Amino acid sequence: MANVMQFDLVSPERSLASFEATAVQIPGAEGDLTAMPGHSPMLTSLRPGVVRVQTADGEKDYVVTRGFAEISADSISVIAEHAHKGEEITKADLEDVIADARKAAQEAPEEHKVGAEKFVSDLEHLAENMV
Amino acid sequence: MPSLKDLKNRIESVKNTRKITKAMQMVAAAKLRRAQEAAEQSRPYTERFNAVLGGLAASVGGSETAPKLLAGTGSDQTHLLVVMTAERGLCGGFNANIAKLARAKAAELKAEGKTVKVLTVGKKGRDAIKRELGDDFVGHVDLTEVKRVGYDDAQGIARDILVRFDAGEFDVATIFYAKFVNVVSQIPTEQQIIPAAFEAAEDGASSLYDYEPSEEALLADLLPRGVATQIFAALLENGASEQGARMSAMDNATRNAGDMIDKLTIEFNRSRQAVITNELIEIISGAEAL
Repeated sequence: MANVMQFDLVSPERSLASFEATAVQIPGAEGDLTAMPGHSPMLTSLRPGVVRVQTADGEKDYVVTRGFAEISADSISVIAEHAHKGEEITKADLEDVIADARKAAQEAPEEHKVGAEKFVSDLEHLAENMV
Repeated sequence: MPSLKDLKNRIESVKNTRKITKAMQMVAAAKLRRAQEAAEQSRPYTERFNAVLGGLAASVGGSETAPKLLAGTGSDQTHLLVVMTAERGLCGGFNANIAKLARAKAAELKAEGKTVKVLTVGKKGRDAIKRELGDDFVGHVDLTEVKRVGYDDAQGIARDILVRFDAGEFDVATIFYAKFVNVVSQIPTEQQIIPAAFEAAEDGASSLYDYEPSEEALLADLLPRGVATQIFAALLENGASEQGARMSAMDNATRNAGDMIDKLTIEFNRSRQAVITNELIEIISGAEAL
């Protein structure tokens, strides 16, 4: 079995990454998961977090907020609404996003409130863990 | 018969116009390239997103619990027409064509006794349909300040539409925009976004997936984003179309100005010749009279 798989990361505005990876760590909606070649087909939505890709020549980080990932045995597509290269994004950027999300959470109608608040706390968690 | 001075002034003014249209054409060409690039870069996202959503929708769609965004509200009494046009004019028939399509659709729906509501994106389209559909306007999205259309703009419009949908303001939403074919051809297009219409995925592979969270929850999460994605794609498509239309319109204008200058120059030369001939006749007949 091949020990690499195709990794694609696309956001609406551009396609960020397309290369071969050996393992990809994904912040899934119900917990982080690491997908390796031969993973069973799966579709998961994403929490805001870091997608960590291991390739033959090192690790690459991408920060994603909202979206989903499609995993199959020989490929992974991360389809994110907002995605940035790890080194591109700073804590200050993230704080803007958090502020927006917080505002949206306050204005959200009752039935969406829980989801919106969870989104905020996920973002805060992400910001705390950033270096 | 205009005097020589008038003709000269006109030639000068047409020349100035030609300079402006030429410049606008070149600006549009540069912007078109950028708009096309943006459209191309969004394509992988749109395609994948629609493929996944289509697969999900096909497997959940039949069930009773299918979300309203997919299954509809069970009625098609009230239609929301989202008319997306440019913020600027001078782009040939671009705005007029989209407005015409929207007007025809509105008239057709009204003839069937349906209620029509209109949400406009872009000032020019709003102006073009104001007279006929002004009473049906429910909102307007202004993108005048937006230099480069981003996903956030599309999201804003989508949110506006979804809030209205949740409030039960309409049953069916259709967007109107122009599909970019090439510089001389942009096709005004209508596309239904709510309830979402997907081309059925042929492969049954979607059922093999593990879903996290559940299939239904995932679908409910993705459908609103599907609306934003479709609007984003339409906005980009529209942007490229607008620049393409402007480019060919300005190209025509430049050529017409050139023709006009030629014609006026000939007229100018003729008049000048006539003046000279007249003077000669006067001098000669004066000399003969002596």
